[in-house]
Amino acid sequence: MAIRDWPYQLEWEKEETIETDVLVLGGGIAGCMAAIAAAQSGQKVILVEKGATKRSGAGGSGCDHWESAATNPCSKITPEELTVAMLDDNDGFNNGISHYIECREGYDRLLDIEKMGGKIRDTGDEFKGAAFRDEKTRLLFAYDYLNRYTLRVWGTTFKPAMYNELKRLGVKIIDRVMVTSLLTRSGPAGNRIIGATGIHSRTGRFYIFKAKASIMCMSRPSRIWLFSASLPGLCEFRPTQCVGDGHAMGWRAGAEFTMMEKSVGAEFSASGRSYPPYGAGNNHNTWYGATLIDSTGREIPYADRDGNIIDNISGRFKPSSGQKFFLKGGSVDNPKYQYRGPETLPFSEMIAKGYKLPFYTDLSGLPESERRVIWGMMVGEEGKTKIPVYKNYTEAGFDPEKHVLQCYGTGWTSAQFLPDERQLFGLPGGFLNDWDLSTNLEGLFVAGDSLYASNCYGHAAATGHYAGRHAAEYSSDREKMEPDKKQVMAEKERIYSPVHNKPSTSIGWKELNMGISKIMKNYCGEVKHDELLKIGLEQLAEYENKIKSETYAHNPHELVRLLEVFDILTVSEIIIHSCLRRKTSSKPLCFIKYNSPEESGTGKLITIRQEDNIITTRELNVDFFGDLSENYEKHNKKYVSEKKGFG
Amino acid sequence: MKSTIKNMSAKKRDSDEGWFNIAEMPAANPVIINSEKCTGCNSCVNICQVDLLVPNVVKGAPPVVMFPGECWYCGCCVVECPVEGAIKLRHPLINRAYWIAKEKLK
Repeated sequence: MAIRDWPYQLEWEKEETIETDVLVLGGGIAGCMAAIAAAQSGQKVILVEKGATKRSGAGGSGCDHWESAATNPCSKITPEELTVAMLDDNDGFNNGISHYIECREGYDRLLDIEKMGGKIRDTGDEFKGAAFRDEKTRLLFAYDYLNRYTLRVWGTTFKPAMYNELKRLGVKIIDRVMVTSLLTRSGPAGNRIIGATGIHSRTGRFYIFKAKASIMCMSRPSRIWLFSASLPGLCEFRPTQCVGDGHAMGWRAGAEFTMMEKSVGAEFSASGRSYPPYGAGNNHNTWYGATLIDSTGREIPYADRDGNIIDNISGRFKPSSGQKFFLKGGSVDNPKYQYRGPETLPFSEMIAKGYKLPFYTDLSGLPESERRVIWGMMVGEEGKTKIPVYKNYTEAGFDPEKHVLQCYGTGWTSAQFLPDERQLFGLPGGFLNDWDLSTNLEGLFVAGDSLYASNCYGHAAATGHYAGRHAAEYSSDREKMEPDKKQVMAEKERIYSPVHNKPSTSIGWKELNMGISKIMKNYCGEVKHDELLKIGLEQLAEYENKIKSETYAHNPHELVRLLEVFDILTVSEIIIHSCLRRKTSSKPLCFIKYNSPEESGTGKLITIRQEDNIITTRELNVDFFGDLSENYEKHNKKYVSEKKGFG
Repeated sequence: MKSTIKNMSAKKRDSDEGWFNIAEMPAANPVIINSEKCTGCNSCVNICQVDLLVPNVVKGAPPVVMFPGECWYCGCCVVECPVEGAIKLRHPLINRAYWIAKEKLK
């Protein structure tokens, strides 16, 4: 029998050039919504995605709740109130523009998704009469049942619905192509973005995209500190191939970033440390409101923000007395007193009081609708729960009325990590944006997880659509430009060079990723020492200048994995440069600079960018975006007037 | 740039001489395909965002899980499969959570 070396036709270095008006880079939630909006504006749109657009991205496989839908008809709080709270809770270190867009337009996007075929309300009346349901609209709410601004949704239906809509609108979808670089007018960094290059992960074919406007919709960086060569797919919370390519190519093209010095102590995944998200005992997010018990069956009480024990289940879903609303969700880790919602008493306190380990999550005593909405709907619709948790546990005999699920960590994380193991999580750094969701580079717009201080599904969808509209407007009176031949040739040289090395003497992508993550743990861990950061930078430079030329990839798939690690290397350099430039510790940025006092007063954003290898930084007030509603309306006249027209 | 990459087999190894063809068990087998039920339609191959699987050389035969370590364990391959029970997602041992009947706690 013949042994085949690769199942696909190889087309190494073969060029294909594709022209469009608007080029969308990344086919996750933000990318799909950006492409839909740009196509609705009448522009010709191409969407390029490394995986398979129908299910790609962090939200491709599902999502159980949609945060910050402040304009839904049942919400008791305004987009302004909610955005101000999100800013204040982080001492201003949050993206006021993108989160205001999320709060103001998130519900509009849900209605769009519903029209496309996604399920956003309890049309089957499965939860009729439940405390978290509005009987008129059939919307279901999570967390704060009084203020009703977070919706429970059937997110596994969303991505296929968007995919069909893209096809209906005539968007050209190019799957299995990794975008590798941004093309600039005549080649140098800092110039207008006029397209991008890419490589096919199955054939190795080279793509040149020419566009009037481009929208960066890729993921936040990952696998910087956390890497397992045996189970790389389980290193982080987000999908394997979501490593922050966009940040790396943006940096090379001269884009401006902020908050890149921020990382948090690892909370999730890292093969071997934690359990499948929402697959072990916990009472957060998907499982919020569930009862926790100790190993003797004693219930661990919930308490309000003042420590008063809440003795009825309905109290878990209400603000404290004197509190208007509370914040909970993906990026709300340890909220200020003002925004703190009900929580079970801390594990350490319970152990001191004689409660016995391990603790368990117990759904058996909840009202039937609460049990069923957690085990069934939420665990079933959340990103990675439908098959690996709901289906598999059910088939293995798990019965939420009888069984209790073991907790492994101290809360929702289900793991213990070392202090130097960090993650870009909880509003991490990214591209700096203005009120058009434009970057500093002309022709490059940005949405979703590429933005600084990004978080959830609603944020990605809302900013995607917004960036799509603004990119379409820009594109409508611009001309396409010819890419610089030298820039294209240099990129081809960069991406194909590893294929020319010898496998038996070279370094593979896993070894390189392990090396980077060790450097980052050693020199850019929990406490930042300037001396160590500088050595870390030198070691990364050696990887950049020497080790990269010693790498090898057997096939296009492996080459894409290797190019991702090259991008991880670039992102690591951005992070260390940013850490060196922040001189004092900062609590909201989870940033500890050795021997430095904590910043007092209002902190400032530090931005960073490079051109010709010269790095420039500047300071920016955290509230640089000015008045939220005034600026939003100024930059969205058409959208606002169209909405008023419908109203 | 002049292309010097000709084909995979020529590039795969410096020298095939003296190599043993011995396979190695992966750290986990995330995707378990039931070859009795699988029709080889490649729906799972096409939906996987990480691109773990490749089509079988033999038409109609089950796809090959070529990069098992890269699995993100989202389960879209199972959702997309048109034949019930033809494909299963299996967490590695280290990721299997424990549960117990509440009445056994005391």
